[in-house]
Amino acid sequence: MKILVCISKSPDTTSKIAFVDQNTKFDENGVQYIINPYDEWYALVRALEIKETLGGDVTVITVGPIADDAIIRKALAIGADDAVRIDADPTDAYYTAVQIAEYAKSNNFDLVLTGKETINYNGSQVAGMIAESLNMPFVSLASKLDVNGSTLTLEREIVGGLQVVEVSLPAVVSCAKGMAEQRIPNMRGIMAARTKPLQVVAPVSVELLTTYVNYTMPNAKSSCKMIDPMNMDELVALLHNEAKVI
Amino acid sequence: MSVLVYINSNSGLHKSALETVSYGKKLGGNLTVITSGSADDSSLATLGKYGANKVLVDRSIQGNDDQQLTQLIASAADSVGATTIIFSHDLTAKAVAPRLSVRLKAGLISGAIELPAADGTVKVNVFSGKAFGSVKVNSSVKIISLLPNSFQPEENGNNCAVESFSSNASSSLIKVLSTKKPEGEIPLPEAELVVSAGRGMKGPENWGMVEDLATALGAATACSRPVADIGWRPHHEHVGQTGVAIRPNLYIAIGISGAIQHLAGVNGSKVIVVINTDAEAPFFKAADYGILGDAFEVLPRLTEAVKKFKVSGQ
Repeated sequence: MKILVCISKSPDTTSKIAFVDQNTKFDENGVQYIINPYDEWYALVRALEIKETLGGDVTVITVGPIADDAIIRKALAIGADDAVRIDADPTDAYYTAVQIAEYAKSNNFDLVLTGKETINYNGSQVAGMIAESLNMPFVSLASKLDVNGSTLTLEREIVGGLQVVEVSLPAVVSCAKGMAEQRIPNMRGIMAARTKPLQVVAPVSVELLTTYVNYTMPNAKSSCKMIDPMNMDELVALLHNEAKVI
Repeated sequence: MSVLVYINSNSGLHKSALETVSYGKKLGGNLTVITSGSADDSSLATLGKYGANKVLVDRSIQGNDDQQLTQLIASAADSVGATTIIFSHDLTAKAVAPRLSVRLKAGLISGAIELPAADGTVKVNVFSGKAFGSVKVNSSVKIISLLPNSFQPEENGNNCAVESFSSNASSSLIKVLSTKKPEGEIPLPEAELVVSAGRGMKGPENWGMVEDLATALGAATACSRPVADIGWRPHHEHVGQTGVAIRPNLYIAIGISGAIQHLAGVNGSKVIVVINTDAEAPFFKAADYGILGDAFEVLPRLTEAVKKFKVSGQ
């Protein structure tokens, strides 16, 4: 079983979000990058669990500059066998997906896994775009994944409920909570990661379908109005007359 | 200019469908709705009141397979010459819109919260709701996926024609073994009023008073991550970074401290009310109205106040 796990870097959850260059660029100053949590906790760990029971190889792939080798090494320390970095700036989801699909085309993976979305762009776009580029079925937001021979059984969220589905390999799956539990790399893994293969691949040329023109911050909340816990009529009146939500 | 709106009508017409049709109407031009699923012609025709000129429906597709849906929407887009395609940013859109983007080489804007600005850029949520980005599409066809509860449906037209449509989609590669849908509940991302509670409720046996308040308000119920993890409440109620992200008009948080991961899922709410015994709870900083007090005393009082308000019919 050959599994490709797509990882992306994202700012640590507690990072201060700010922008520079007239609000056209994310301010990276002082930002600690981590593996996007959905990619790491769910996609990567589930891939490793499958490998541990069925055998095979887990390759991680990212599109990014050399600085991203740090998150790649972390993925290798958690247990991936080898890694690929497409040496380019992941400008938009389409660009990123096409780069990954190009690599996947020539390497015959049985299963391609991603997290459900990144915590910085929240687009939920890349996995579906890879699936379309590879002409493979795609199961999005899966919370369970089991392999039986060449068939996957998955549980996924649908609008207003849950569904259990079956699909034949090869396939693309985006992974959500419930799929696996976070793993902390141990010292042996960290040491081994230093010598695992990391292949750097030149990008293919892709047009940009979208451009982030600029960013804005939400208006700061005015201070919280405290209500006397004995006087809930006042709260109801405020919600009706002032906030106009009921 | 031709606008195509995809709606999911498998379980009737949702508010999100009305939102996307009304949004499409504001873009101007001819507006066609494409849908699969089981909604009958007479209910689909009512989409005309929200701005649709025509509804196309393919009932041979169940809507479980993103490849079939992609084929359906792509052939409808081709047949009406669509220059803008609109989805509601729900679970179906998250599976189908990216495929369609590749198929049509059309730029995709995910999670739009407003109409396009004068320069054509569209505002989206980024950094889990901590900032907004303005996105421009460079391709001639664009796809916009609209966050639920971002745009108010507007009704001011008449019923429109409903025509059957066939996309000749190939057979489904995804086999559905079972589907579980809680009956009669509003999907959380669509709820306008949400009552949510956390570990401060001390145990699942105390949820009755949370539900009483929700019933009095006509609100959906939600919960924090620890509460879903220990099994006090079902997982589909979990809002926050790893759960569902919601943006209701009113979010009432009871006994939830307001960790950054929880806020990431609710910071798009228009009004936030926080009830907590801990004056230092970070949630108060994100709240519009705060009540420092014991939920077990405050909740019954608030429920009574809401009932009184409803009866008075203000």
